[in-house]
Amino acid sequence: MDLFEYQGKSLFARLGVPVPEGRVARTPEEARTAAEEIGGKVVVKAQVQVGGRGKAGGIKLADGPDQAFAHATDILGMDIKGHTVDIVWLEQASNIAAEYYVSFTLDRSVKKHLAIVSAQGGMDIEAVAADTPEAVVKMHIDPVVGLTNWQASELVYRAKLDRATARKSAAALRKLYEAFVSLDCDLVEVNPLILTDDGEIVALDSKVTLDSNAFFRHPDFEDFRSAFTEDPMEKMARQRGLNFIKLDGSVGIIGNGAGLVMSTIDVVALVGGAASNFLDVGGGAGADTITNALEVLTNDPTVKSVLINIFGGITRCDLVAQGIVEALEGLELQWPIVVRLDGTNAVEGREILRGVVSDAVIPVETMREAAEKAVELAGKG
Amino acid sequence: MAIYIDHNTRLVVQGLTGSQGRFHGFRNKAYGTNLVAGVTPGKGGTDLDGVPIFDSVAEAVAATGANTSMVFVPPAFAADGILEAAAADGIEIIVAITEGIPAQDEARVYNYVKQTSSSVLIGPNCPGVLSPGKANVGITPPEIALEGSVGVVSRSGTLTYQAIHELTSRGIGQTTCVGIGGDPVPGISFIDVLERFQADDDTEAIVMIGEIGGDAEEQAARFIEQHLTKPVVGYVAGVTAPPGKKMGHAGAIISGSSGTAQAKQSALRAVGVTVVDDPTSIGEAVAALL
Repeated sequence: MDLFEYQGKSLFARLGVPVPEGRVARTPEEARTAAEEIGGKVVVKAQVQVGGRGKAGGIKLADGPDQAFAHATDILGMDIKGHTVDIVWLEQASNIAAEYYVSFTLDRSVKKHLAIVSAQGGMDIEAVAADTPEAVVKMHIDPVVGLTNWQASELVYRAKLDRATARKSAAALRKLYEAFVSLDCDLVEVNPLILTDDGEIVALDSKVTLDSNAFFRHPDFEDFRSAFTEDPMEKMARQRGLNFIKLDGSVGIIGNGAGLVMSTIDVVALVGGAASNFLDVGGGAGADTITNALEVLTNDPTVKSVLINIFGGITRCDLVAQGIVEALEGLELQWPIVVRLDGTNAVEGREILRGVVSDAVIPVETMREAAEKAVELAGKG
Repeated sequence: MAIYIDHNTRLVVQGLTGSQGRFHGFRNKAYGTNLVAGVTPGKGGTDLDGVPIFDSVAEAVAATGANTSMVFVPPAFAADGILEAAAADGIEIIVAITEGIPAQDEARVYNYVKQTSSSVLIGPNCPGVLSPGKANVGITPPEIALEGSVGVVSRSGTLTYQAIHELTSRGIGQTTCVGIGGDPVPGISFIDVLERFQADDDTEAIVMIGEIGGDAEEQAARFIEQHLTKPVVGYVAGVTAPPGKKMGHAGAIISGSSGTAQAKQSALRAVGVTVVDDPTSIGEAVAALL
C-alpha cells in the first residue's frame, strides 16, 4: 500500500527521523489556516500516490497565508498522471544546504535488503544513475543482521555526503532502516533527505510502501486508507477479502490463484476480448466467497459476460459450484456466466452445476474454450 | 527418479490439526505419502486418525524419523514454524504452503535458514511438490498427475495444476512437479529446480511457468543457456497486467519497466526455450519436443 507523503512522514517522526512541521488541508481555506498556524514561508505540496508531482506543478512555495490559499486553489483538483489531488500538505519551508537521496528496499534477485544513497538528491534518481553511476552508492544488507553502524557510516562516506555532519546523517540512515524493517515496508525512499543551513538532517519528502501482509502487526495502518480515494469496487472487494483490480474490458474474471487469473486475462486478450477486472478468490474459497465475488461484479456496468476459471487445489470445486447456485438464487445477475472447473472435487462441482445449466450458466471443458465463449457472449451483450 | 520427494519421504505436517492441514495432510497420506507425524503445540501426545501429534518438530523427528516438513501454519506464526523445522536435525526438505507471510519475515527466514541449516526451503505461498506415483507433499490435486518423464516448475499454484492437466490429458507423465511460490522471497528458485531436473536421469523435458515481477525468469534463462541440455517449454503469465499493481501474488508486480512478461518471454526465447502464449498449448509444445 503506497502512502501519501504526509502519512510516511508521520511514521518517520515515530522513529525519530526529523521532519518539517506541517498540516494537512483539503480546501484552500484550510490551507490558509494551516499556513497561519505554521507561520513564515510554507511549501504547499500535492498529496498523490505517484512520482513527478514537482514537475507537474504540484509543489509551490508560499510567502504567507494568502499565497498558500492561492496555491492550494491551483493544486487541489489538479490531475497528476491520472491521480486527482484531494489533499495538500503544508510545511515549514527549509533552508537547504545539501540534498541527498536515500532508499531501502528488498533486492529480490539476491534476496537481501538494498540501501541506495546519493549526494545528488532532489532529482530523479534513475536519471542520476544513468548519467553519473558513480554518484549512486548501493549496498546490500543481510536481513538477519540488519544495517550496522559501520555500514551506515560507510554509505555516508562512499556517497560523499557532508563529512562534518556524517554522524547525524548516518544516524538518520539507521532510523530510516529501522522504519523500513520494524514497520514492515516494501520501500522507504527519501528524496531529498536534506542538510539544513544549521547542520540538521531532515526528511523533506517520503515515499513509503507498506506490506499489507504485515497489517496484523500494525492494525492502525488500516486507518491510512481513509485518506485515499479508493475505487468503490476495489473497496467492496477488499472488505470481502477478495483480491480485485479494475481493468478496462467487458469480460468479468473470477478465478483462484493469482497466476491462473493473470493467465485467464491474457488468454481472453489472446482470443480477441478484454477483461474488465482481475479477481482472485484465493486459496480455499468457500461458497460464500464465490457469491461475494459475483456480487462485486454486479456493481460493474462494463461487465457483459463473466468467466469463472477454477483449478481446485486447496479450493474445492463443489463449494465453488454451490456458490454459483446460491448467487443465482440470491442475486440479480445481468450477464451469462461461463464456468470451467477442474481439480479438487471437480466431478462433484460439475454435477451440482448440471442442475442449473441454462443460457445463464454455461459449463465448458478447457480454459481456451472458456475464454472464447465468454468473449463471444460479451460481444453479443 | 524424482526430485525432492519420493518413497523415502517421511512427512511431518506442522498444523496437521487445523482444517486445511488436516484435509491436505490426509489427502497426501491417501496418495501414498508416508505421513509419520503432526505438530501442534499443546496437543502433543494425542493422535489424529492414527497419526501421532507432537508439541514440537524436534520431538516429532526424534520419535518418527521425519525428514520432510510441510508448514500449514497461519501467516503470523509461519516464519517461526519454518525456523523451527530448519533447526530440527534431520529435516531435509521444508515445504511452506502458507500464503500471506510478511515479506520482511521471509527475507530474514530465507537468509537465516541458508546460513544455519542444510534444509531446503520450498515456498512459502506455494502448492508444494508432487512426484507422481511416489509422494505428494502439498495441495496439488494428485489425480490430475501421471507418472512420466517431464519435470514441471512454477511460481503459481493453479497454473502448475493447469500445466500438469495439459500434460496428463495428452498422456504425457511427470517426474516431479514443483511449485516454488509467488512471494517476493521464495526459498528455492527456478535455478535450483532446473539443476535437479538436469541431473535427474528420468526427466527428459522441463516445463517452466513464470509470471511478472522480479527477475527469476531472466536468471533462469542465463542458467538454461549455460547448464541445461534438456528441452524446456516456458510460459509467462501477466502479459496484459498493468504496471505498479500487485496481481494477487505479493511478488507479481511490474516495477517501473522491470519485471514485465514480455522481457521474461524474450529472455527465455533467446536461449532456445519454446515459449507458448496460452497454457492450453503447453501439452502440445512438450509433445513436439519429446
